[in-house]
Amino acid sequence: MSTCSVSKGCFVFKPESKKRKLSSPADYFCEGNNDSEDSELRFNTCQLLWKRIKSETEQLQEDFNKKLFDNLIRFLRQSHSNFWPPIILGVNVTDHDLTFKSLSEALQEDVTPFVVSLRSKECPGIKHLLQKLMAQLMDCHTDADSSEEGECSKAFPNRMHCSASSLTEWYRNITKDVKKKDTDTPCKNQEILSRHWEPPPVVVIFKDMESFTTKVLQDFIIIISQCIHEFPLVLIFGIATSPMIIHKLLPHSVSSLLCIELFQSLSCKDHLSTVIDKLLLTSHFPFKLGEKVLQVLINIFLYHDFSVQNFIKGFQLSLLEHFYSQPLSVLCCDLEESMKRVKFLSHSQCENIRRLPSFRRFVESQASKKQTDLLTDDASLKEETKALLQNLHTYHENYVLILRCLHTFTSSLPNYPLGKQIRELHCACLEKKVWETEEYESAIQLVRMLAKEELIANLKKCVEIITSSSAKCLGSCTEKLEEYLGQFKNLEAAADDQEETASSLKEIQKKTDLYRLQKTLLEMKESRRLKKLTKFEMLRFEVVDFIDSLVRSYLAPPEMQTLYEVMYFSVASTVCEHLNAAPRVAIHTALNNPYFYLKNEALESDTGCISNTAPDICIAYKLHLECGRLINLVDWLEAFSTVVTAADQNSTEKDQMEEIIHTRFIRAVSELEFLGFIKPTKQKTDHVARLTWGSC
Amino acid sequence: MSKPDKRKNRVLEVKFVADEDVLQHISENAGPKVQKKKVPPVIDVKRWVKETEGNSSEETQDAFEQQDYVSVLGTGIKGGSNVFAFRTPKNSKKMAEMASELANKSGKNVKHVISKKAEKRESSPKSTKKPPASSKGQVEGKKNEVSKTVYGFRKRIAALNRCSDSESDYSSSDSEKDSDDNREATVDEALQPDTPNQTMISASDQPAGKKPKKGISSNLVEEYFEAHSSSKVITSDRTLQKLQRGKLDQETLQNILNKVPIAFAAEREELNKQHESLFYKWMLQLHLGFNIVLYGLGSKKNLLENFRTSLLQDSVHLVVNGFFPSITVKSILNSITEEVLDHTGTFRSPQDQLDWIVKRFKEDPSSELYLLIHNLDSQMLRGDRSQQILGQLASLPSVYLIATIDHINAPLMWDQAKQSLYNWLWYETTTYSPYVEETSYENSMLIKQSGSLALSSLTHVLHSLTPNARGIFRLLVQYQLENKDNPSYPGLPFQDFYQQCREAFLVNSDLTLRAQLTEFRDHKLIRTKRGADGVEYLLIPVDTGTLMDFLEKDSEV
Repeated sequence: MSTCSVSKGCFVFKPESKKRKLSSPADYFCEGNNDSEDSELRFNTCQLLWKRIKSETEQLQEDFNKKLFDNLIRFLRQSHSNFWPPIILGVNVTDHDLTFKSLSEALQEDVTPFVVSLRSKECPGIKHLLQKLMAQLMDCHTDADSSEEGECSKAFPNRMHCSASSLTEWYRNITKDVKKKDTDTPCKNQEILSRHWEPPPVVVIFKDMESFTTKVLQDFIIIISQCIHEFPLVLIFGIATSPMIIHKLLPHSVSSLLCIELFQSLSCKDHLSTVIDKLLLTSHFPFKLGEKVLQVLINIFLYHDFSVQNFIKGFQLSLLEHFYSQPLSVLCCDLEESMKRVKFLSHSQCENIRRLPSFRRFVESQASKKQTDLLTDDASLKEETKALLQNLHTYHENYVLILRCLHTFTSSLPNYPLGKQIRELHCACLEKKVWETEEYESAIQLVRMLAKEELIANLKKCVEIITSSSAKCLGSCTEKLEEYLGQFKNLEAAADDQEETASSLKEIQKKTDLYRLQKTLLEMKESRRLKKLTKFEMLRFEVVDFIDSLVRSYLAPPEMQTLYEVMYFSVASTVCEHLNAAPRVAIHTALNNPYFYLKNEALESDTGCISNTAPDICIAYKLHLECGRLINLVDWLEAFSTVVTAADQNSTEKDQMEEIIHTRFIRAVSELEFLGFIKPTKQKTDHVARLTWGSC
Repeated sequence: MSKPDKRKNRVLEVKFVADEDVLQHISENAGPKVQKKKVPPVIDVKRWVKETEGNSSEETQDAFEQQDYVSVLGTGIKGGSNVFAFRTPKNSKKMAEMASELANKSGKNVKHVISKKAEKRESSPKSTKKPPASSKGQVEGKKNEVSKTVYGFRKRIAALNRCSDSESDYSSSDSEKDSDDNREATVDEALQPDTPNQTMISASDQPAGKKPKKGISSNLVEEYFEAHSSSKVITSDRTLQKLQRGKLDQETLQNILNKVPIAFAAEREELNKQHESLFYKWMLQLHLGFNIVLYGLGSKKNLLENFRTSLLQDSVHLVVNGFFPSITVKSILNSITEEVLDHTGTFRSPQDQLDWIVKRFKEDPSSELYLLIHNLDSQMLRGDRSQQILGQLASLPSVYLIATIDHINAPLMWDQAKQSLYNWLWYETTTYSPYVEETSYENSMLIKQSGSLALSSLTHVLHSLTPNARGIFRLLVQYQLENKDNPSYPGLPFQDFYQQCREAFLVNSDLTLRAQLTEFRDHKLIRTKRGADGVEYLLIPVDTGTLMDFLEKDSEV
């Protein structure tokens, strides 16, 4: 059956045989990879990893919500009357849908079956709002109840008369129902009653308060305040900006009807930091993002949507791409597992390892005997791979710890030369040798000037960080830090040698003439410059040097590690292409520079011009760029035919040629219209209006 | 440049608006709109870049800030930096320099420019056309003026191209140093502020005959306002009718086009192969919860059709032609409920229907539906509500959506909420295939399509009517044709019409005429509207050409 028709736009295809073969994603994964190199295993690993990551992020989200909701529910219990807690969520729509969903679930679970959530889009007027409210209340009642009442309440919204009185009536009936049924079927309702409060309040959630019209909100609050004595009511408002908006939206007479309490959710930036913390800055997950990919994802977050969900989506895509495109990703799993898998690597996989740039670098640094071993003998290669994987694992463990230590030092520096957030520091470290950057230089300079208390506090934090992890290799490092801490304590006990300067100060206060004063001051200055460092300063230098040495030995960028390709996904362009595409740029490029896509010699031309053999639409597009707001079609056609006829000189028949050119022109113009570059206009006969300006 | 220099240039500018110059333009360039100029060979980009780098640090600082963002996000995108940088003015001096450079070099390709100098014209042996009419002189003069701004424009495109080249280098070979330099430079260049002084200098650098007055506005943003500043736009008055080549209808158009050999068939085939190699990946990603959107120049219908026939034969799928003129969300939902889910019954609203579909898919997790939508951005589907519903449909885990978009502003349809519903993965699939089917429904201004269709429907409907009714209609047609030159013709007042019909013995009462008119109205042959004075006017919503054809045919019969 064909899918083009002049009478129909939708075509349904159903397979004839009922027992169609169900292909799983794994099959597509293998097919796409031509079934090479353990693709099934790779896919399973990928899925497993994704599941772990997903549950981790969901857990995280849940934890955040839990804190917020617990507070909210606790507050509900305390003041059991009409009140109005707004939740500040910050600018972001997409993630908050989830938050509200889990909020209403949590409320339904613990507080009341009557939870209604409203969006501004659904409620342009007070009538719609009440209708929506009633409809949802009926529905949630049937949900909480059983299906026996389903029939009547389903039919109800059709002929619903919505008013505050009908609402109170409904509430009275419902509660009566529950009580009545309580006697009938005690076991079932006991469960409901134990879960919910008595009497259950009605909770109305306004998802995006700012977008509601003021009038609707005001009317609703005034109406609802009339029946407040009949049943308990709670309004929850999602606010993106600041609590001040309440007073801007509502006059005093209305807002005074409400008792307001404020709850603030975690900002999305903090959320992202935690997610990065949990997903990337841990040796838990073998999969890592390369610097550019991470940068792209963070930029999409910061510049485009503030959506953690999208960040996670990007992470998922990177994960998938990595496992899809890198045959050796089969080793991208937990250490023990990967050790096992190394044993079963096929010969071609071994060849793949040999082809890795980082591995070649490694081989070149080996002795010649070993080189030949590694390049010819699979067994020895596997042994070596195991060791290298082990190294990589320890590198990750140490990396995270030292990164955190460094962060404790740099996060409090003035001007934040290495960034405020740990993710910035992480990016800097991934990009290149961090100790060679200017920012690091200045940061270390600043650390050298830290006061004693701060230094000690930071050191203590570092010790905590390192001891809290299970990694053993940094044991000596902890000892050293402890030792420094001890030395600082000793310093405190020891007497200072500050008296010297004090005495010289006294000397100034003596009576003296101008010349002498100048001289003594100069001397003092000189002596200060040459003055020996105090013990504290010496120790401080020592500590900072130690930290510096740690950084140099443990925070080397992953590119320097052998076999890093197994774990790191660094093809930023794919991620960018698929998540943050620029369709317009693609079309412009295709029109301006067809050679970019069609690799034909004839099209290869200088920048800014296209050859006259280019596709018709490109020529028409180029010509239209020369015009003003309106384009005369005749002129355009003439120009077009001039160009096109120049392309093929050996035209057979002039008349026929012209006709063909005319049709080609028509096609090109209607395609441009279809793409949105021009539109027909009635301003003048046979003219079209141009719609794009500049390269925009 | 030093100050005295600038002053000199300013003088030059004042001098410039001389009559002789204008005259020169008229006399020299009354020629055809398009003349050919040879294309310069590769410009020394490196040298040019160096020049640009010697600019004030302030600008570069600015450029860097933006570049930081652009370079990260733009790594995969060709020419992204340039498009994003459009808000900031650019250094027109460099532009003009390059423009003059361009103008003085020649190559093998043809470039369509309105050349401004006689010698340039002589150097292009292919200039073929003779001036069409001397009276056009004024118009052409104005055209030249317009085209001047185009220089900057072309420059910009040049920059874009160069940029795209370097970008592609970057993504493929990672030879960072070189391409980084290049990109930096392009961004720099795009961000140079445009000061009038510089422009004047540039004007003097250009060969004589250039209008510095125009040079000032070569900046892109201003170009837009320039084009829209005056309500009058001067273009030539020529019309297609004078070409003595009748409008073609859709069918003959297709027939002729089918004869035209496909350009770059091999290269297109290559592109298609590249895209087809992604089919399995698409399936995989669809199954993992993403939806796929395809963009890029060229019809993607065949590509999706290939995808459908090669991979979806064993599964339930729905193909939607978004470009179909009367497609609606309702019809899509109906096909799902009626044909896919075998449900008979009606729904109160699309939202209701959607809820039902969602429920059905949730109940039966084994059921799957592949949804292929050609042109999700079509006129009929681009509305907010339609997109919302389609988005909700796409967010179902067992509905797999592949859609294509073509309009340059298509992504504006989706706000954050919708995007997260769709959960898109973008794929660029430039095919260069002609949009045959997509544009076949469209009423292009060059195609005599509506005419033939309307004419045949007119004759068919009238054949089924009584001779009296036909007479009534003919009267109306004649009256309308008499008034065809009146642009504000409101239609025939009902009372006048009744009078005429009575005189021709076609009706005997007001009521019978009204009954006949109802018949016409049902077939959409006439339209009535009330004027400001409450009088009912009758109008045939068909263009004059068709009406004349109709009368001719009718009198034949």
